[in-house]
Amino acid sequence: MKGAEILLHCLQKEGVDVIFGYPGGQALPIYDALYDSPIQHILVRHEQGAVHAADGYARASGKTGVCLATSGPGATNLVTGIATAYMDSIPMVVLTGQVGSLLIGKDAFQEADITGITLPITKHNYLLERTEDISRIIKEAFVIARTNRPGPVVVDLPKDLMEKTIDFKDDTEEVHIRGYRVMKGVNSGQIIAAAEMINQSERPVIYAGGGVVASGAAPEMKEFAEKMKIPVTTTLMGMGAFPGTNYLALGMLGMHGTRSANYAIGECDVLIALGVRFDDRVTAKIQHFAPKASVIHIDIDAAEIGKNMDVDVPIVSDVKEALRLLIPRLQAREEYSEWHQTISRWKEEYPLNYGSSSEGRIMPQYVVEKIYEVTQGDAIITTEVGQNQMWAAQYYKFKQPRTFLTSGGLGTMGYGFPAAIGAKIACPEMRVIDIAGDGSIQMNIQELGTAMQYKLPVVICILNNHFLGMVRQWQGLFYNRRYSHTDMTHQPDFVKLAEAYGAVGIRVTKSEDVEEALKKAFQIDDRPVIIDFWVEREANVYPMVPPGGSLQNMLGGEE
Amino acid sequence: MNKHTLAVTVENKPGVLTRVTTLFRRRGYNIDSLTVGTTENPGISRMTIVVEGDDKVIEQVTKQLYKLVDVCKVVDITRENSVDRELAMIKVKADNNVRAEIVQLVDIFRARIVDIGRNSLIVEATGDRRKIDALEDSLRPFGIIELVRTGKIAMLRGIK
Repeated sequence: MKGAEILLHCLQKEGVDVIFGYPGGQALPIYDALYDSPIQHILVRHEQGAVHAADGYARASGKTGVCLATSGPGATNLVTGIATAYMDSIPMVVLTGQVGSLLIGKDAFQEADITGITLPITKHNYLLERTEDISRIIKEAFVIARTNRPGPVVVDLPKDLMEKTIDFKDDTEEVHIRGYRVMKGVNSGQIIAAAEMINQSERPVIYAGGGVVASGAAPEMKEFAEKMKIPVTTTLMGMGAFPGTNYLALGMLGMHGTRSANYAIGECDVLIALGVRFDDRVTAKIQHFAPKASVIHIDIDAAEIGKNMDVDVPIVSDVKEALRLLIPRLQAREEYSEWHQTISRWKEEYPLNYGSSSEGRIMPQYVVEKIYEVTQGDAIITTEVGQNQMWAAQYYKFKQPRTFLTSGGLGTMGYGFPAAIGAKIACPEMRVIDIAGDGSIQMNIQELGTAMQYKLPVVICILNNHFLGMVRQWQGLFYNRRYSHTDMTHQPDFVKLAEAYGAVGIRVTKSEDVEEALKKAFQIDDRPVIIDFWVEREANVYPMVPPGGSLQNMLGGEE
Repeated sequence: MNKHTLAVTVENKPGVLTRVTTLFRRRGYNIDSLTVGTTENPGISRMTIVVEGDDKVIEQVTKQLYKLVDVCKVVDITRENSVDRELAMIKVKADNNVRAEIVQLVDIFRARIVDIGRNSLIVEATGDRRKIDALEDSLRPFGIIELVRTGKIAMLRGIK
């Protein structure tokens, strides 16, 4: 068998049914083999689209996403998407073509040292040296990508090794990687300590992140929270891990979190941190984060424990496994305490709110509220990055894990639309909506071609304020309203642009037309739709913790 | 700042050294010295890394090293009962007037002269860091032309 055929055979064995990719010279042998392969290939319009689509596919399905690009510029175009997946711990196997093995290091045409380039943004990477190693490396790559703390793995494939024919016997069984063990088991002493601490707590809070989604621990966390009546706040990455409509839900915490979530962190006596990494956008000034609390931290990555925050009970474990052991040791709480009353008071006093537009424009938050109303939470929401992302997180109530796909760690503009394409392919029965800004959408707008080709009815809702809104907000608040290079008045007519691709474009300029436009868009089932909502230009995301501040001191949103 | 000695067992594969040094650079840890060489097992190399930092930093370094797939084992042998050695070669100016004096010094340090030139000598010495430092200091007044040190290698005593 040829190397490329072995590669596809091994991918199939790993359960891969779709690859997002873009061909090129050094990837020719792989593309030739794909021609006869049952694996579906989605042809994107830019390699960045492929890597984000594979990422969106992985987040929506829980499976490992796979993308493919050629050497050199094809591979380097993947870099932003690899870093995005790495920061958010998304399982992905990234295949890159490479120049022939004898040309490596000779600055050959379209040669780039992609294993070198991606070293700090991959969980691991491989440069294939022998055709005989393909099956072992692919097996290892998938094990590494999806187990423990997931992440992207790059496999670089020199062209000659893909062309080479060898006698191939498929005898790779379980792989043994000397320096990598799949985590199992929990330190029961620590579970007992955590249980005691929780049983005795008076003002506990659960702080839940992407690790809860990754480990599939949402049902256990709900059981845990409801048994103990513990309020739950989620990070951006944890949205959907706990139903936003549950009476214990506090919403998001952090820089643009709700006041009730942030105040609860400030006052809690026990903080139960599940699958989180105490990111600076969450903690603000870390010295003032949960100052009155003893901290229990459960995470599968030992290096996250104690990295940013000193903890009292460290538990290195899969969150699901740890919660399963923890829950039976807890004494269920029946009554509502003073703590719950305090939190209810905060929720009543400080609900999320927004004003109205002085120019009679649509308020962007209203659009997100309407999207929620119309979908009733039964949709996959992707976002771009900036104000659109924060409003989506604040005003949409997520019911299920894996329904909110956003670039949390890296904050990659241009992520949302290709991720929506990947999500739609993973979950064709789900409605998929990209909540976008007019800036970010232009970063990967070319993927309209992909969505057209594969008849993917993804709905892009542009909250169009003709600004790079989040940067403008900071310039407004902290740089004397000097709007340096954030005005995006020069932009395409998004309706015509959609139509040029054969997609549907709708422009909405009045609040009363928002709902109808959404309903109309959701009826279209064979092509993408852009809804260009012209919103209030200078709406800000509130409340907000100013940079360098602490969670207890928030700006805005208190009317 | 405390110096810690880490014995790191890694896969003997191309690129492993880059992975380790990239990790140190990216996370902002300071490498004081790093040596790498083969072991009794041809598939495995051993790095001895001397790194500066308090206990918290060393804990993070250790955990981050473990996250590298090619890293098999990390042991902090700073406080353990260990033997450590470094090798140095020092080319020192040595005309006829001082040659005897240098030879005497070299004897005291139980070092060796491995090359004699018209106006210079190469001294080879092994020992722990302090001994090499002391030898270096003693030879400096004669004029050191060139100096190279391997960095530290270390091993635990006994069977463990």
